[in-house]
Amino acid sequence: MGRIAFLDANAAVAEAAVIAGCGFYAGYPITPSSEVPETLAKIMPERGVPFIMMEDEIASINACIGASASGVKAMTCTSGPGLSLKQEALGEACIMEIPLVLVDVMRGGPSTGLPTRPSQADIMQARWGTHGDHPIIAISPCNAQEAIFETIRAFNLAEKFRQPVYILTDGLLSHLHAKVYLPDPEEVEIVERAAPTVPPEEYYPFDYNYEIPPLAPWWTKDGKSYRYHMSSLNHDKTGFPTVVPPFIQWQEKRLISKIMNHIDEIEKFEYYKMDDAETCVIAYGSVAEAARVAIDEARKAGIKVGMFRPITIWPFAEKQIRDLREKVKRIIVVEMNLGQYILEVQRAVAEKIPIYGVLQAAGIPIRPIQILEKIKNPEKSVEICMTEEELKKFGGGE
Amino acid sequence: MGYRYELRFGGVGGQGSLTAGTMIAEAAVFHTKYYATQVPTYTSQVRGGKAKADIIISDEPITFSETTNVDFFMTTHQSVYDAYRGDLKEGAIILVDPALVKNIPDEDRKKYKVYEYPLIYTAKHEIGNVVTMNVLAVGVCIGLTHVLDKEAVREAIKDRVPPAFLDLNMKAYDLGLEVGEKFRKEGPTKK
Repeated sequence: MGRIAFLDANAAVAEAAVIAGCGFYAGYPITPSSEVPETLAKIMPERGVPFIMMEDEIASINACIGASASGVKAMTCTSGPGLSLKQEALGEACIMEIPLVLVDVMRGGPSTGLPTRPSQADIMQARWGTHGDHPIIAISPCNAQEAIFETIRAFNLAEKFRQPVYILTDGLLSHLHAKVYLPDPEEVEIVERAAPTVPPEEYYPFDYNYEIPPLAPWWTKDGKSYRYHMSSLNHDKTGFPTVVPPFIQWQEKRLISKIMNHIDEIEKFEYYKMDDAETCVIAYGSVAEAARVAIDEARKAGIKVGMFRPITIWPFAEKQIRDLREKVKRIIVVEMNLGQYILEVQRAVAEKIPIYGVLQAAGIPIRPIQILEKIKNPEKSVEICMTEEELKKFGGGE
Repeated sequence: MGYRYELRFGGVGGQGSLTAGTMIAEAAVFHTKYYATQVPTYTSQVRGGKAKADIIISDEPITFSETTNVDFFMTTHQSVYDAYRGDLKEGAIILVDPALVKNIPDEDRKKYKVYEYPLIYTAKHEIGNVVTMNVLAVGVCIGLTHVLDKEAVREAIKDRVPPAFLDLNMKAYDLGLEVGEKFRKEGPTKK
């Protein structure tokens, strides 16, 4: 049996990482993500698992790449400005196909922006922050309980697909304490990395015979490591650099197809009250919970509205969003940024039905009442409305 | 909607207000049948920045934790009093330390039920350690509002405070409860 706890989503992610078998953490603390390392710094050493506070964000992700190549499940955690720093190494993890979990607790930006305030402004950075064609998996849980199961899933996906996986939360969700259930590892599916089936002398880290070649441990304590080369340059099956066009094209395509061929396994989403809906709200993360309250209220007033909530943000839920064109009359995308996920929705819907946005990047959560207003009157602007009294709260040099 | 009670504990960083809120929320989820959430808000300063914790106690699962009708507000700092009393509901209970919250507009005393109690002085001189201030405040809150069973809250305090400080904190809690009950009988502080 697992146990009941009262945790915020940061601590929940940390606890879940340990349940998933995280064997290495390296990070550099940053608000609003710091409870992740704070929690791990307590519980990982108790289990004899290395926790390292590195000198900066770049070193952190590189340490995780090294640890993962050595055969352990690795995780790092950061927020917007730290994520910018991690992007180069993230690309390296993509091309070298290193399993990795990267937690990003989104805060306002650009730059140092709003350290203690929530946002969802890293949606596109998660997708395209590192250069070059590359696949990415990103997961956005909506509450602390879901963060636990989705963190475990993130580790599973990372190990299965030899792929960095994001967990995107935000400054609101990450600090919202709620009662959660922490399962025992035996109660959940935990995927272990595929072991190489050949002896070291026959092993290639990018073997052409596989869609996802097994990743052998580069270094192990017992000396049974596989000695091979890895390069962040485009490489052939040996891991050494190559400029031979067919090899490059094959590898680039495989990086994408190893994810896209398994899209049904990776995509996860929720339909909420969508059976007879004429308006579909699209929201993810903590914003989806505000949308849920708004939808319940609107339903009481007889408005046929529901929600499509992508839990897997990347890869994009192309098919599901396209299907909405036949199901509903209009879409309202709600996100704590000035319009990022909505861009992909617009592309997929291709002007077949109108798309409206509740897009707010003001450092405060989007309120259910704003979403409700938009549901009632999609043409109306529902940007932050505050009374003088409420504005007073934000006075002073915060 | 069923039963719902919103509490806000505010102070400046380091006073322990967030912990006070957490103890009440933990009491609700671990020692009663209620659901609860706790959302802290703080600024970049480690010490001295405005901080608050919003707690919702409900008999239904809480989908989105937004406090819009605060029933109880405790604070030990004027800046926090000024900043965070925006979404208090009419007739809300306010508990302040008069040594640190000196400026309470007359209109507030009409609109809300304002109780004044020297939390910090009492914790320091009667209990014997200023760190018990938050537990003292929790005691006053529970005695005054009866929002949760007092023994449930006692269990939550025991879960959280270090063993070496347990007796001191129990003393603070009991005194708090006593003061709270007295306030409940006598009504808001007269000025």
